[in-house]
Amino acid sequence: MTSADNLRAFKRDGRIVVVGASLAGLRAAEALRGEGFTGSLTMIGDEPSEPYDRPPLSKQVLTGWVPADGTLLPRRRDIDAEWLLGVPAGGLDMRANQVRLADGREVPFDRVLIATGVRARPWFVESEADLDGVFVLRTREHAEGLQRALAAGPSRVLIIGAGFTGSEIASICRERGIAVTVAELAPAPLVGALGAMVGDVAADMQRAHGVDLRCGVKVTRLEGDAQGRFRRAHFDDGSAIDADVAVVALGGIRNTEWLRGSGLAAGVWGIACDTGCRALTLDGLITDDVFAAGDVARCPNPIYEYRLISLEHWANAVEQAEVAAHNMVSGQADRWPHLSLPVFWSIQFGVNIKTVGVPTFADEVVVTQGSVADRRFVAAYGYRGRVTAAVSFNNAKWLDHYRQLIETAAPFPPPFPAPDQPADMKPVPVDFPGPTLLAQGATVVVTGHDPGERRVTSAQQHR
Amino acid sequence: MTATETPGTLLRILDYSSRADPYPLYAELRETPVALQEDGSYVISTYRELMDILHNPHLSSDVRHLSRPMEAAEGRGTPAFINLDPPEHDRLRRMAMRHFGPPHTPGLVAGLEPDLTATVGSLIDDFAGKEQIDIVDDFAYPFPVTVICHLLGVPREDEPRFHLWVNAVIESIDYNPKTDPKEKLENGRQATNELRAYLRGLVEERHSRPSDDLLSRLANDDGPDGRMTDEEIVATANLLLIAGHETTVNLITNGMLTLLRHPQMLQRLRDEPDLIVPLVEELLRYEPPVHIIPWRAAYSDVAVADTVIPKGSRIILMLASGSRDPNRFHDPDRFDPDRPDNQHLGFGSGIHLCFGGPLARRETQIALTELVRRLDRPGLVTDPPPYRRSPVLRGPIHLPVEQGAG
Repeated sequence: MTSADNLRAFKRDGRIVVVGASLAGLRAAEALRGEGFTGSLTMIGDEPSEPYDRPPLSKQVLTGWVPADGTLLPRRRDIDAEWLLGVPAGGLDMRANQVRLADGREVPFDRVLIATGVRARPWFVESEADLDGVFVLRTREHAEGLQRALAAGPSRVLIIGAGFTGSEIASICRERGIAVTVAELAPAPLVGALGAMVGDVAADMQRAHGVDLRCGVKVTRLEGDAQGRFRRAHFDDGSAIDADVAVVALGGIRNTEWLRGSGLAAGVWGIACDTGCRALTLDGLITDDVFAAGDVARCPNPIYEYRLISLEHWANAVEQAEVAAHNMVSGQADRWPHLSLPVFWSIQFGVNIKTVGVPTFADEVVVTQGSVADRRFVAAYGYRGRVTAAVSFNNAKWLDHYRQLIETAAPFPPPFPAPDQPADMKPVPVDFPGPTLLAQGATVVVTGHDPGERRVTSAQQHR
Repeated sequence: MTATETPGTLLRILDYSSRADPYPLYAELRETPVALQEDGSYVISTYRELMDILHNPHLSSDVRHLSRPMEAAEGRGTPAFINLDPPEHDRLRRMAMRHFGPPHTPGLVAGLEPDLTATVGSLIDDFAGKEQIDIVDDFAYPFPVTVICHLLGVPREDEPRFHLWVNAVIESIDYNPKTDPKEKLENGRQATNELRAYLRGLVEERHSRPSDDLLSRLANDDGPDGRMTDEEIVATANLLLIAGHETTVNLITNGMLTLLRHPQMLQRLRDEPDLIVPLVEELLRYEPPVHIIPWRAAYSDVAVADTVIPKGSRIILMLASGSRDPNRFHDPDRFDPDRPDNQHLGFGSGIHLCFGGPLARRETQIALTELVRRLDRPGLVTDPPPYRRSPVLRGPIHLPVEQGAG
């Protein structure tokens, strides 16, 4: 049989398993059917419900506009899949081509797509995290609980972490007239994603809306009362505040523990892949039957020196799902690379924030259009004299232009004047906090001597 | 660049004889995506280049940035936001949007629906007993005019007066000094002044006797940006009145003409009324009311594809050509409401994306659904119908249709 015959047979009768039943998993399943895959399709998900959309959870759901169960993802087509919901995957056996479920069942596959995403990073002291009134926000249940807590009219909400999620929640608290304290280790909100210049704008914005913003501080302890209700938080500067609700918004943890021992290059950093979403083994070899998409995937981006980048962005999940699905049912010569630039958006304090490109891949930033004072501007990011990213505050309609500048490696700062440009268009250092992840130590070690024996093994337990 | 052939193509497009079917000429134009003309202006006709330029911040909508002044734009008073750049554009558009759409006035278009349906119904009621109707005069013109008058607060009975002014303004938009008499330009200018004086009178009235219409709100409500000056209100109202007057007429008429040319699609719409939503999107791609943005100015040197357009140049955007670009749309000359990913240029794109788009969509959806439901076996009387002069805002001047045609 030729490989073309094999491919036809696989598309007709093959077995595909998708692990992870959220945005990336669902869109991949739809794309597989759209590509003419008629074999068996199994969807595995640890949450009990069908795939739902997450961006509204920190926005419309918290305001009470949309009920938590009103965010089911729209279906683009019937995917005719077997759904194994409410049970997480427990292991991947690449020799036997099986996914093992946590309850011991084994699901065989010809090809598998891993889209297990991330979960919320919990508060680091378990007994404090369990206090009544301490929340994280990742799932529908989280959103439902937090919305109820906000609706009960708390005297004050403490938000730990001023990234996008923390800032969005702070914004909604203010919208609902709730007193809110935001604690952030960095010098300003959003600084880890967008740098110091934009971070300062975000800080002004929060304070102008009455947020008690405390930067450069660490929350050391959450204190409960005798009934186990959260009452007070202590900071490392010795101060404390009283609050009824604490939201831990410290980012996510990639769901890769279940892949330990599988031989895949999977760890705290995600699952390393090629641009075609094919997973790499620990040794750095491309697999042919294992694919990854969404928050958990870490793909090289040629625009950014082929660095492996993982993104927790909605559009990235959809695009990778479509590329992965296409490649799962296509021959070598017809495969697609995932090359689109990341796009991200947020709404907070009445401002629409949107980015294109990877702002952390930059050494300088410059306001190219509009006015920072009016919180209506575009800023371009540059790395060694070329444009690598842009962010807009209430000015998103221009971003397509910056996408093009990034894709064509246009010079930084952009040389031509535009209407509505600040008079002194001067680049400033972008100033990101240090690469904290690098400080976590080695994740792999290489063993063996001869080329035939050299292998990589995982050096670190997952945390 | 084949600069020797392309100027001929644009001139032939502007020529009235190609009004009924400019599309083969657009295909010719697309062979040179960015085409330098004899007079130093640049014509852009392909989808991707149009999208690029519409999102390019170095493009200006302000006539003062043209190195060669445009006669048609002179002496017309305070510009409306369509002819301004940020930050002035953003401020005025935002202030107008406050009273027209989300987030401050989210339900405006939905709230108008009962009125839209009633107006459409009563116009169609008047068809009774007529063997032949003119879709333009009897329906597609009076409908949006009634709507925009109601919205703005312009007395409907003044329509015969401002109809003449609006026509003269439209006539002069695509003024060509080589072929048009100076008189046409002068008529346009005078009509603009008279229309503005008329609107100024209405704004003054609203200051003393406000009601619930858009003019009253613009004249009396303060938002975060403060309040528009009376001259800004007049310029905005002038823009909305003309745009609300002209484009929807053409969209509805082009829509009916397209359906009559595709009887199976007409039947399908009758059987599946929900088809109207993608069908109107496809109309905006296939037979849009706005074919050309007749000028933009290069604020600084502007790079499009491999061409650098020098600062101060006039740039002509062939939107309707972009929406028929085979490099973007599969089989673009086919009318196909089931088309996936129909990101047409019917309403433009970028910061000047049509302000009235949501209203125009809903008007056209209701108008065509009701026409198709209630007309009895309609048939085209002449194909092609007679067209209006303008290549910019293109549509039939009359669309005679007979009922009971079999």
